[in-house]
Amino acid sequence: MKSLNGCLALWRKELTVYFGTPIFYLTGFFFLVLAGYFFYTNVIYYSIISMQAAQQAANPQVAAQLNPQQLIYRPLFAVLAIVLLFLVPLFTMRLLAEEKRSGTAELLFTYPITDWAVILGKFLAALMVYLILLAFTVSYSLALAFVTRVDWAAVGAGYLGLVLLGASAMALGLFASSLTENQIIAGVVGFALLLLFWIIGWTQELGAGALGRIFQHLSLLDHFDNFSKGVIDTRDLVYCLSFIFFFLFLTKRQLESRRWRA
Amino acid sequence: MEIMIEARDLTKYYGPNPAIQRLNFEVGAGEIVGFLGPNGAGKTTTLKILAGYLSPTSGTARINGSSVVTDSLKVRASLGYLPENVSLYPDLTVTQFLKFAARTKGVEAKREKSEIDRVERACGLEGVRNTLISALSKGYRQRLGLAQALLNMPPLLILDEPTIGLDPGQIVEIRTLIKNLEGSHTVMLSSHILPEVSQLCHRVIIINKGQIVASDTPENLSRQLGEGSRIWLAVKGPEDRIQAALEAVPGVARVTSPGEGKFLLETGNGQELRPQLARLVVAEGWDLLELKAQEFSLEDVFLNLVTEEEES
Repeated sequence: MKSLNGCLALWRKELTVYFGTPIFYLTGFFFLVLAGYFFYTNVIYYSIISMQAAQQAANPQVAAQLNPQQLIYRPLFAVLAIVLLFLVPLFTMRLLAEEKRSGTAELLFTYPITDWAVILGKFLAALMVYLILLAFTVSYSLALAFVTRVDWAAVGAGYLGLVLLGASAMALGLFASSLTENQIIAGVVGFALLLLFWIIGWTQELGAGALGRIFQHLSLLDHFDNFSKGVIDTRDLVYCLSFIFFFLFLTKRQLESRRWRA
Repeated sequence: MEIMIEARDLTKYYGPNPAIQRLNFEVGAGEIVGFLGPNGAGKTTTLKILAGYLSPTSGTARINGSSVVTDSLKVRASLGYLPENVSLYPDLTVTQFLKFAARTKGVEAKREKSEIDRVERACGLEGVRNTLISALSKGYRQRLGLAQALLNMPPLLILDEPTIGLDPGQIVEIRTLIKNLEGSHTVMLSSHILPEVSQLCHRVIIINKGQIVASDTPENLSRQLGEGSRIWLAVKGPEDRIQAALEAVPGVARVTSPGEGKFLLETGNGQELRPQLARLVVAEGWDLLELKAQEFSLEDVFLNLVTEEEES
């Protein structure tokens, strides 16, 4: 109970800092501009293709491919996932590095609060900020729903994918932030690690056999692809949740080592 | 007396360099203890270990019977800590920060407001409640640091250089504040400022190069060195004759003069020579301008102990 209070206090403090500093508004603005732009172009592209298909009485097989999920949401989610790659390190880089650099860690870690409460408080605050940004993009779909039929279940699966992908990236970013006192290094390390987990699956395409398949299973992108298609697979869920836990656990270990090395 | 802090063979290495070596000391409940030493003596390291921020390389430290390593959470719940050069979150306001601190320290929700009011009043922060910490002056930051340490009435306060960087007026305020904590809290504070320690503390622990060189009351420490007390004398007259006459007085061990008719006498056995000196000056027909006993200050004690250490 006490740990929960500490965790909530930290969560609230982190949100106050996020909303009190320009980084949230700046990154949020560009995120929404990019997301809005891609959504808009995807919708225009979809409507042109549909128009052409209708005029030329395209064969039924091709026409069946023409649905908003395939032509609007899948590419949109793919693009958002890439934007995420850049965005998340920006959100997470200061979380622990800044505490260490400015010396506030000395107070924080002498308060009666467990390392897990610190980690979860910070992780959930970053996640909350991300969820708020994602929530804004839901309005695009609401607008689209006026003019066409939106498959909400499939869109929901895509969003679940974005949330889990974001949470995984946050956990990794938080770990990167625990490694150093320097925000920039934390950002770069976070970005590099994320990129690595992004492209690790590409080796499979080069025909690397069993090892390649293992790499592919480790790839964030590969698991995300299923969600963006509107498919929720327990394997992907388990992957994301273990990914999050693994990096939060590494962060915890990193924090523990601080007391000994100093 | 109940023991609040107990350190046994406390040792901390940074890489191959020892910061403190086999420190042994105890602090009783309700005591105000000063921790004194030159820069790099290991004061801050010791306080960080007691506050649960660092783990010792070897040895144990117990606060109220609980180990700072294995019972860290319990220990941290029972103390308030003011780090040296306290850093606080610049993007929060004073009250936002205190709210955060109160919640992490487990102050109950219904007591939260009154508790924050109490420490704000105690530390004179009422006027800056809604100011961002980044806009606070050094003095206010220090007060806020002290305010957060006082939250939830911890039985033990660990204050690392509580008056550093403050102007003289603020120093007096903070000292009064600490003095008022006497009895209700055990206080362990470190300082460079020796008169401060002798005013505030019941007991002084002097540490140099990671080892304790002395531990006693400020009065006893002065007395130990004060076996020869000193007398300050200002006389108008022929200086070499005065010096010779003073040296001839039985009991005077040494006379030094910075010139301009001023003399510093050191007496060997601590006997009272002032009446005799006054009569001597008057009898010779010189003008006596000033005559006072100068006791050894904690500064002298400190310098003496530290230099002895270096000589050996």
